[in-house]
Amino acid sequence: MRNEATEVFTPPTVASRQFQRPELPPTEDYREQLFALEAEGELEVQRVPEPYVEVETKYGRKKKIPVELTWHHKSCGQCGHIPGYSTSIFWLNRKLGFDYHDPRDQTSCTAWNYYASSTSNAGAQASIAVRNFSQAKLDGYFPLIHCGTSYGHYKETREQLLHYPKLRKQVRRVMKNLKMPFVFPEEIVHYSEWIHAMRDRIAERKVLDLSNVTVTVHPACHYHKLVVEDAIYDRDLFDGQRTAVISGLVESLGARVGDYSTWHDCCGFGFRHILVSRDFSRSFATTRKIERMKEEVNPDVVLTHDTGCVTTLDKSQFAAKAHKRNVGIAVMSDAQFAALAMGAHPYFVCQLHWHGVDNKPLLEKMGIDHEKAWAEFEAQTERIKSGEIDYISWEEADA
Amino acid sequence: MSIYADAKYTDVPVETKQALFDEVKADLRFDTQLYGCYECGICVAACPSARFYDFSPRVFAQVMAREDVDTFYELLNDRVWDCSQCFSCTRCPRQNNPGGIITIMREVAVNHGLQSAKDALKAYSRIIYKIMSTGTQVAPDMLQPDFFPDWGPDVQQVSDNLEVWRRAVPPETMHTTELAWDVSEKTRLELYMIWKLTGNLEMIEKIDEGIFMILEEVMEELLEEHGYDIDDFENVLEEDDDEE
Repeated sequence: MRNEATEVFTPPTVASRQFQRPELPPTEDYREQLFALEAEGELEVQRVPEPYVEVETKYGRKKKIPVELTWHHKSCGQCGHIPGYSTSIFWLNRKLGFDYHDPRDQTSCTAWNYYASSTSNAGAQASIAVRNFSQAKLDGYFPLIHCGTSYGHYKETREQLLHYPKLRKQVRRVMKNLKMPFVFPEEIVHYSEWIHAMRDRIAERKVLDLSNVTVTVHPACHYHKLVVEDAIYDRDLFDGQRTAVISGLVESLGARVGDYSTWHDCCGFGFRHILVSRDFSRSFATTRKIERMKEEVNPDVVLTHDTGCVTTLDKSQFAAKAHKRNVGIAVMSDAQFAALAMGAHPYFVCQLHWHGVDNKPLLEKMGIDHEKAWAEFEAQTERIKSGEIDYISWEEADA
Repeated sequence: MSIYADAKYTDVPVETKQALFDEVKADLRFDTQLYGCYECGICVAACPSARFYDFSPRVFAQVMAREDVDTFYELLNDRVWDCSQCFSCTRCPRQNNPGGIITIMREVAVNHGLQSAKDALKAYSRIIYKIMSTGTQVAPDMLQPDFFPDWGPDVQQVSDNLEVWRRAVPPETMHTTELAWDVSEKTRLELYMIWKLTGNLEMIEKIDEGIFMILEEVMEELLEEHGYDIDDFENVLEEDDDEE
């Protein structure tokens, strides 16, 4: 029998929930561990160069995001199949007037292959990470990681290096053979975190009205699920319950972020699957992500921040459309969207002709004359074909 | 002996299964992958592969915890390649990482050249060659209509215009068709030395001998051209402590 005086507990509605972080982060601070290893002479920690912007991460710790002097750790999937992705990141740096380095002495993290085939091991993967980081230090720039998988894998590698002396020893021996130092950066920084930190500067330079554009966001699994603590969270965005990257940019640019029920789901990339077992990737991407977005939000564009997610969400829609599924949403990265907002050329810079889904309706809504832009692109490619010019330069891309 | 009436691989000696199981558990990363299991199913609910395959990250956690080597061997051969490696399963309230267990299991499968691993990676070999020899896995010239027929006519268009369109990308490092970007030869050699020093080439030999032979021939020649002698290098895999 209930006591009359007992209060009946009613769970709070989503809107009235208060976000509260635990007083103490549940994980060790990896920076303290890195600095301790440095003090013991085990490795060298590359500091985030000044000036930097401080942001808040999953457990409330502060993370430094470098403004410039960044070493662009490119993504093989972006450079190979979505070249406007990387180009837009460089273009944003140039337009904001920042010093950066686009190295040739860089390999991919090789983690796409690792997660697809496991034809590698922890020692090789950690050595590849450290070789890239050491090269960045030797070049005098701080690593900015373009790929979500590289970011996730390097965080995972950092955890392993911090906790397994045997692995550190193996990597140290490899680096000695390569005659390179054993360097690890103070922070592993993803380019979308840099964009998040730069979002107000990007918004200041916005040349388009995006108030009628609706966006859905797909966060990359390896960004916010694989070693969660590095990811940026902001209590003013989704009440701090979801990562703030991409959504923060969209809000700053004045477009609308539409929510949908499968926000947390993977895109279906699968590493091995997207290359040799695509029926799975396609089914997941279209039925769990694109169709849900279409039914619940009907957005103009899906923005994401990783190589695999752009590829899977974009390329999977063609076959689904042939089966008359409810698909047809343009897909691009936050970097391309930010560049377009700042007036970048849709084909020279954002290279949207490499994408699968028709993005012309989006461009029209953004106020971009895609017919004129394509004619300009074709005119320049004719000059390449005729031998008049070898390449399109940055200056020509901006002319 | 398996507890299941429909158990597979009953002809494989339990010692073989046990040895593979022990190898997974002996991996230095294993201790941080599994802490126990509530059977709550959160990992399954979050898992993309569970929606389209007869696949369950929970079963991996359970089987490893129960040390059920028969079912482990079934998973190792029949289910391990279904995983998407997205790590959505790390939402586990016990901080288990079924995806991480699977990463280790796959490595063991490759190291032992299991036929199931060879079958799963059959169409994948040329990608292994690309990444190991160039340092970039995805190259523009992979966008061929016969490889990606389901990606629509845009793939054909890219393929037809590849040379010119690549030169219409402003960053100088990206005027490439066979590599995602222009990786310096020095860096490609350093990568190859990492593969070699960490025992990776032996893994490739077990999974695809043809790719291994081509890779070794091409890269060793390049090493020689640049005056490197890999035999001069310190063995990084041996256990002694006399490194410094």
